[in-house]
Amino acid sequence: MNMTNQLASLGRLTIDFVVGLGRAGLMLWGAIARKPRIKGFPLFVRQLYIVGVQSMVLIFVSGLFIGMVLALQGYNILVGFGTEESLGPMVALSLLRELGPVVTALLFAGRAGSALTAEIGLMKSTEQLSSLEMMAIDPLRQIIAPRFWAGVVSLPMLALIFTAVGIYGGHVVGVEWKGIDSGSFWSILQASVEWREDIVNCIIKSLVFAVVVTWIALYRGYRVIPNPEGISKATTQTVVQSSLAVLALDFLLTAVMFGR
Amino acid sequence: MLTRKIEVLVGLFLLSGFTAFLVLVFNVANVEVKTGNSSYTLYAKFSNIGGLKVRSPVKVGGVVVGRVSAITLDTSELVPIVELSMDKEFNQFPETSSLSILTSGLLGEQFLGLTPGFMDEDIAMLVDGDRIDDTHSALVLEDLIGQFLYSTSSKD
Repeated sequence: MNMTNQLASLGRLTIDFVVGLGRAGLMLWGAIARKPRIKGFPLFVRQLYIVGVQSMVLIFVSGLFIGMVLALQGYNILVGFGTEESLGPMVALSLLRELGPVVTALLFAGRAGSALTAEIGLMKSTEQLSSLEMMAIDPLRQIIAPRFWAGVVSLPMLALIFTAVGIYGGHVVGVEWKGIDSGSFWSILQASVEWREDIVNCIIKSLVFAVVVTWIALYRGYRVIPNPEGISKATTQTVVQSSLAVLALDFLLTAVMFGR
Repeated sequence: MLTRKIEVLVGLFLLSGFTAFLVLVFNVANVEVKTGNSSYTLYAKFSNIGGLKVRSPVKVGGVVVGRVSAITLDTSELVPIVELSMDKEFNQFPETSSLSILTSGLLGEQFLGLTPGFMDEDIAMLVDGDRIDDTHSALVLEDLIGQFLYSTSSKD
């Protein structure tokens, strides 16, 4: 009996997951599979400000520090082989290939994703979304779509800023502090970073993460249980689920991009 | 609706994202803007290519004149064949030129060193599709150590 109960709960979990996936897909479809309107553009710009511009200080500072820490740790190891000039490619490639997209997406989930969930969750529980529908305004187009596009546009931008700032952070530690020759730092870096292999893959990765993180955040807010506890739970779920999704997807993408 | 401040800040945000992209492309990846297919192909046969990779540079006296575009195995002779994509700008190499696989530094990356040969009236220039016959294979450290051990033990 106990066995069958467990089996049933496993089945329920799976069905819930598939149903949730379907609902999330329908929400996204309803929000973005429409002809864009000119009227919606100011809404998008406003969200770009909230989602993108307000995350910039965080991204800037963490990018700088992560680049500096990478350079410091890398220097300590590379100097043992007498190859400390290779610090440049080490910092640049680890930022471009992994840390830039991933850390930005994790920070974005915490900074912007949770805010999106809480905002839409509160709209839902105070029945603002239903009121919009009563006024014949589609909340998917009015509320969800601009936030989704703002997330998709701003996360790759933030990842690029993070990476560029991180490389300069590594330059500060490596060249200014540890005294690596500036010319060889940049030339070895430039010789080993590829446009297609590294930069395009960095952008593809962060685009995928942007869609996933924003989607999860919006869906969690849209399907919130309309009470304070539900909102707090949804916010937590946004951060936990999008972090896990980002890390798992990162492995898959890395395997496809660099696993050959 | 929208305040001016927000518009300006969003503009700045997009601009800085775009700047970061440009910095990464031109300062970090060092993309050279090239138009069309401005390269010609050469082939070379080695007995051992060591750690040579696709995209490894081909250098003449330290100047990059081309890159390795493909590495395949000759199915009849079972030796590696390296395909070089050379910059059209440098197309004045005589047929007597030789290729050797060199290493930058002791532990560094391997690259192809092209040594221009002598020129004479009856010696043509290398053109698209030509093969360089005079090649020197990679210096494999393990082989060297093996030879060294062999020669010291035979002396005793």
